[in-house]
Amino acid sequence: MITKRIIPCLDVNKGRVVKGVSFVNLQDAGDPVELAAYYDREGADEIVFLDITASHEKRKTVVELASKTAEKVFIPYTIGGGINNIEDMREILKKGADKISINTSAVENPDLIRKGAGIFGSQCIVVAIDAKKKDDNSWEVYTHGGRNATGLDVLEWSREVERLGAGEILLTSMDKDGKKDGYDIELTKTVTSGVNIPVIASGGAGNLEHLKDAILMGGADAVLVASIFHYGQYTIKQAKEYLRSEGIEVRL
Amino acid sequence: MVKKYIAVIDYNAGNIKSVSNAFARLGANIEVTNNPKIISNSSAIILPGVGSFGDAVKNLEAFRLVDILKKEIKSKPFLGICLGLQLLFEHSSEQGFYEGLGIFKGEIQKIPSEGVKIPHMGWNQISLEKPHSRLFKDMGNFVNFYFVHSYHVVCRENEIISSTTDYGIKITASVEKDNIFAVQFHPEKSSMAGMKVLQNFLEFVNI
Repeated sequence: MITKRIIPCLDVNKGRVVKGVSFVNLQDAGDPVELAAYYDREGADEIVFLDITASHEKRKTVVELASKTAEKVFIPYTIGGGINNIEDMREILKKGADKISINTSAVENPDLIRKGAGIFGSQCIVVAIDAKKKDDNSWEVYTHGGRNATGLDVLEWSREVERLGAGEILLTSMDKDGKKDGYDIELTKTVTSGVNIPVIASGGAGNLEHLKDAILMGGADAVLVASIFHYGQYTIKQAKEYLRSEGIEVRL
Repeated sequence: MVKKYIAVIDYNAGNIKSVSNAFARLGANIEVTNNPKIISNSSAIILPGVGSFGDAVKNLEAFRLVDILKKEIKSKPFLGICLGLQLLFEHSSEQGFYEGLGIFKGEIQKIPSEGVKIPHMGWNQISLEKPHSRLFKDMGNFVNFYFVHSYHVVCRENEIISSTTDYGIKITASVEKDNIFAVQFHPEKSSMAGMKVLQNFLEFVNI
């Protein structure tokens, strides 16, 4: 059986991890590559880097991150954050990254999904969707790091990105993100039952039960986690042992 | 004496960097190449590859690598990875009809999508079919490896299958015969378990 995945997410700015990780005994805990290698050793199934660098150096820093990670990390990794053209995708994948995550650029130019999937394969194209709840029990897609409402319905957009060839959806609840009181199960369930590609649940993990709920109740194929691992609240091994004890297939 | 090396075949088919990084980490002497002379002078050959079968065959033909690979694969240690496994077989029905290298009997077909998501992407356990497989030496059974593929090999030589994985149907995860090894999963992306497989291959190469 294919296992459910636990994916630590690292926010990176100008080659450094934002909100440095304090607990691990690493020479440089602000180095995204060192941290990713640490999570590989700890048993993480994949790594997601979100590069939030906003400068003309951006392209260079992202490509460098992809390249350095490939030398030290031997699990699949995704790079996202402001990537908006095929050439940058090609460069990043060629350096050893496995997947590219696109968000705003996918909404602004949906053809990027189709082209990227056509050239590199669906498995390389992850569409990240930032979702915010509306009054009528539906969700709206936001872009630009959650600043801009698009008017798009999350379920409809999810189906559209699947149709265009996306291999996976990284679904973040803006309402739950940072609150540590659990993933948005209704949102996750709505999308996982509406598409036939894997969905990574994101936003709201505060304890291990939340991971279980996202998988068993929300139907998520993977869970994105940040603070509960970054600050040493749990280890990945603890999380996996717990999930296994709840009957969820994981890699241990 | 000339330094011995392993040739990693570069034919514009993705994941070359990850594969060569993994071998470099293990201290192997690697030449990433599509030069026939360098390939024939190598001590062992790695054929990586992601993407579509047809594109891979076209690239191998464009680089004039088909004949030399057919010859060299039979005479020295060989490891095929993902598409590098599929290319060993007779033909594929991926986006048309393409002939492979025909080293083994069998064909490449789409994974049936009943009840499973395509591509088969993620960590899955393998069941060893050969208890004495050299590639999985000193490893337990049911180890997880990272898979990414939409097509799989329907192998017509049962005796070469060294492991399988379950994804709706039983899928050939690796084959092994004499000096030829090939895996459907990605050892270069399978953390410690993957490194162990590559290490086992290096021990077999023994240079």
